[in-house]
Amino acid sequence: MFANWPLLSLLIWLPILGAVPVLLAGDRGNGARWTALLVALATFVASLGLLPGFDSGSAAMQFVENHTWIAALKVNYHLGVDGISLALVLLTSFTSVLIVIGAWGSVEERVSQYMAAMLVLEGLLIGVFCAMDALLFYVFFEGMLIPMFILIGVWGGPRRVYATLKFFIYTFFGSIFMLVGLIYLYFKAGSFELAELARVGLSAREQAWLFFAFLIAFAIKVPMWPVHTWLPDAHVEAPTGGSVILAAIMLKVGGYGFVRFSLPIVPDASHTYAWVVIAMSLVAVIYIGYVALVQEDMKKLIAYSSIAHMGFVTLGLFIALALTRDLNNPAAARLGMQGAMVQMISHGFVSGAMFSCVGVLYDRLHSRMIRDYGGVVNVMPVFATFMVLFAMANCGLPGTSGFVGEFMVILAAFQSNPWVAALAAFTLIIGAAYTLWLVKRVVFGEVTNPKVTKLDDMNPREKIVLGSFAVAVLVFGIYPKPLTDLMEAPIAQLVQQLLLSKV
Amino acid sequence: MNSHDLLLLLPESFLTAAICVLLVLDLFVKQSRRSLTHYLSILALAVTGWLVLCGPGAEGGSAFGGMFLRDSMATTLKLFVLLVSGLVFVYARPYLADRQLFVGEYYSLCLFAVLGMLFLVSAGSLVMVYLGLELLALSSYALVGLNRDSPLSSEAAMKYFVLGALASGMLLYGMSMIYGATHTLDLGKIHAAAATTQSPGLLRFGLVFLVVGIAFKFGAAPFHMWLPDVYQGSPTAVTVFIGSAPKLAAFGMAYRLLEAGLGGLVVHWQEMLAVLSVLSLAIGNIAAIAQTNLKRMLAYSTISHVGFLFLGLIGGTPLAYSAAMFYAISYALTAAAAFGMILLLARAGFEAEEIADFRGLNQRAPWYAFLMSLVMFSLAGVPPLFGFFAKLLVLKSVVDAGMLWLAIVAIAFAIVGIYYYLRIVKVMYFDEAEEHAPAVTVADAPLRWVLSLNAMALLALGLFWGPLYGWCNQAFGL
Repeated sequence: MFANWPLLSLLIWLPILGAVPVLLAGDRGNGARWTALLVALATFVASLGLLPGFDSGSAAMQFVENHTWIAALKVNYHLGVDGISLALVLLTSFTSVLIVIGAWGSVEERVSQYMAAMLVLEGLLIGVFCAMDALLFYVFFEGMLIPMFILIGVWGGPRRVYATLKFFIYTFFGSIFMLVGLIYLYFKAGSFELAELARVGLSAREQAWLFFAFLIAFAIKVPMWPVHTWLPDAHVEAPTGGSVILAAIMLKVGGYGFVRFSLPIVPDASHTYAWVVIAMSLVAVIYIGYVALVQEDMKKLIAYSSIAHMGFVTLGLFIALALTRDLNNPAAARLGMQGAMVQMISHGFVSGAMFSCVGVLYDRLHSRMIRDYGGVVNVMPVFATFMVLFAMANCGLPGTSGFVGEFMVILAAFQSNPWVAALAAFTLIIGAAYTLWLVKRVVFGEVTNPKVTKLDDMNPREKIVLGSFAVAVLVFGIYPKPLTDLMEAPIAQLVQQLLLSKV
Repeated sequence: MNSHDLLLLLPESFLTAAICVLLVLDLFVKQSRRSLTHYLSILALAVTGWLVLCGPGAEGGSAFGGMFLRDSMATTLKLFVLLVSGLVFVYARPYLADRQLFVGEYYSLCLFAVLGMLFLVSAGSLVMVYLGLELLALSSYALVGLNRDSPLSSEAAMKYFVLGALASGMLLYGMSMIYGATHTLDLGKIHAAAATTQSPGLLRFGLVFLVVGIAFKFGAAPFHMWLPDVYQGSPTAVTVFIGSAPKLAAFGMAYRLLEAGLGGLVVHWQEMLAVLSVLSLAIGNIAAIAQTNLKRMLAYSTISHVGFLFLGLIGGTPLAYSAAMFYAISYALTAAAAFGMILLLARAGFEAEEIADFRGLNQRAPWYAFLMSLVMFSLAGVPPLFGFFAKLLVLKSVVDAGMLWLAIVAIAFAIVGIYYYLRIVKVMYFDEAEEHAPAVTVADAPLRWVLSLNAMALLALGLFWGPLYGWCNQAFGL
């Protein structure tokens, strides 16, 4: 019934245009909040509408909309989703609802602008995941910097201006080199269509240049060590909602970029230089894990933990190249990629939830420092329960979604190179160390700060947010099959593509 | 000369007549009724535009033995010159009225400059190029010095005049050498004669001076020294004019001289333009960072945009010229909106030209802060705004010309550039308004509405830039 509707356009433009009535509602009363919630909920419901019509057995793009945008350049407004995109679109629309609810009481200043920026950002993110034309992708990819720039800069912490400028210029720096790469590809393929770009033949030298152009763009976005330094600043200074959308969705754009650009367009260079990415991922997993251990700021700690977790995503994606080409083991390659994708989704829930937890504490004490807390469980038992659950998910405890992705990636890595797997598995120790230590210092122990004794437990609004995240974390931890089924077909196709040399 | 020649020249003839009528009429208009001059000037622009687009002779042709060309490139540029000048008149009026500068001379000088631009983009011979250019330049010198009582304005006018005269001299010197080498002033014949000339050295020597003259007029580094002082020193109502429409005409002039006239020497001027554009990108973007005066910052930003525009010319193919023209149009519209914002915030006794004057604008006037951020993001080249697609097309043509390294240099400086544009957004959105900062009250409805449309057009043309691009392509026969 929905198959013929332009559902994807609706998903993109509903939140973007919905920002207008939110702005018009103004800052007095709750008008802007209700309008924003209505828009976010409508978008979420519409994104659920994709599911009944979606054929998860097919690797082909579905709900395709293809209109000419610029005839002279053969640029098309071409949208479509496969299982990978669909999962990320659902993650985006789901998280956005929770962000709107989460901001209800915690953002008091210029509420309408905050909500509007969030909705525009949501629309652009969905656009990124649906775009099948590289130029269209690029427009969404860069466009989302604008609302995020405003979000961090206006509602952020004391060093927000520094953080947001660093964020903007850093990511802009990365992506603009990709733009030159895309223009070069355009002359090769005669079009910006992703499918065309994946088919065009490229020499090894060309592929190498393009590979690094893409790598700069997406490695900064993920972010990978050593280009991760914008992330802790951005996270620390961003308002809670900004941190949640940044960690839960914007980082995934980097991983998604690898899947859509690097792997299918430059498979040979990806194979040649996979070791670079794998090495960077392992450094992220281990070194950044240690860095997280010594943080005194909760948000910074979670930010570093995000970098370490995203290391698994890139590891899973690039381990697949050695598995398919050198070891002729496509099954393990699929496993690694699925692990990477599951890790993306799971990290979206877990990091979003962790930042929301910090937001709950921050709204009460206006401090992110670990030393200002301690013994929170005594006064906020419900909150403590949630926080411990998400902490467990963050260190990858079986039964939570955090476990599934990491386990799959390690399993695949083991079949490629046991040493890589062994190093990656370190995360289970380090991750547990920094997460549990955080929980110990914040939630348990003696109450040292008299202000903590006066804390109130969560209100219903916060319970809705954290409760929804908790359900997602547990459901996909215990029964990840719907997720892996959804992504199985496109991943199998991608692994097939990896086998074909383009030289 | 026959009637066909005169028909082809009808828009220009009409404008000339209209200016003369306005000049006389203005003498008899009381200051309280000065708006009449304002509206009649806009009407004159509109009628000229209509004559250009669909009046007699719109099918094109050449008049007066090839002196005057009416082709689709000229038509496109003329329409945008007229459009942007019309915007300028609307933006400038409240500012002029607040400062006792609301005089007929402003309009007649601007209109004469517009006339010069119309001739410039239609020039078919070196003489015509020079005539159009001088008409534009002399009117501009006088405009810059419009505010006689301001030492800054007079200084700017003086600088502009001296350096402009120097540039004209260079240009003329180059033209004389080209004439010496080819024995003709007709650009088409120069093109043919350049291939068979007996003295290629002289021709190339002339080309160097020609390029220097063009670079002076554009304000490309290292011939940019006049630009920041002139932009800052002129009354903003004049800056908005000289900062927008003449860039379109300068593109037309560069095309006529370099492609129509000396297209055969493309390998030579390509290198010169490459050096100029890299220098302009570097100096413009880096110097802009240090500015605290918004007009001066926009002046340096202009220099960097000129660098980008030159990149488009470098390609030397119709597709590349089309990209450069798209860029020039995008820049002229964006610059008009940027200076228009300054005019909007200015009021009697307050110039609003310091960056600090925009502090906390989002709290005082969220709609204008939003518009100004659109303008800034467009100048910075962030999608989905107009400026991004202009940059994309230019970069594409540079890559097409096989100069990948130049594209990479250009984007490296674009990244530097983004900082100072973002700083304006930062000042408007992240900084608190000063306590005594006055609320923004704009009484002038046309200014508000037209400026809003202008800024929103940057977004609209970003989302739907196909028709305009098609139009630019058409202008170069694609």
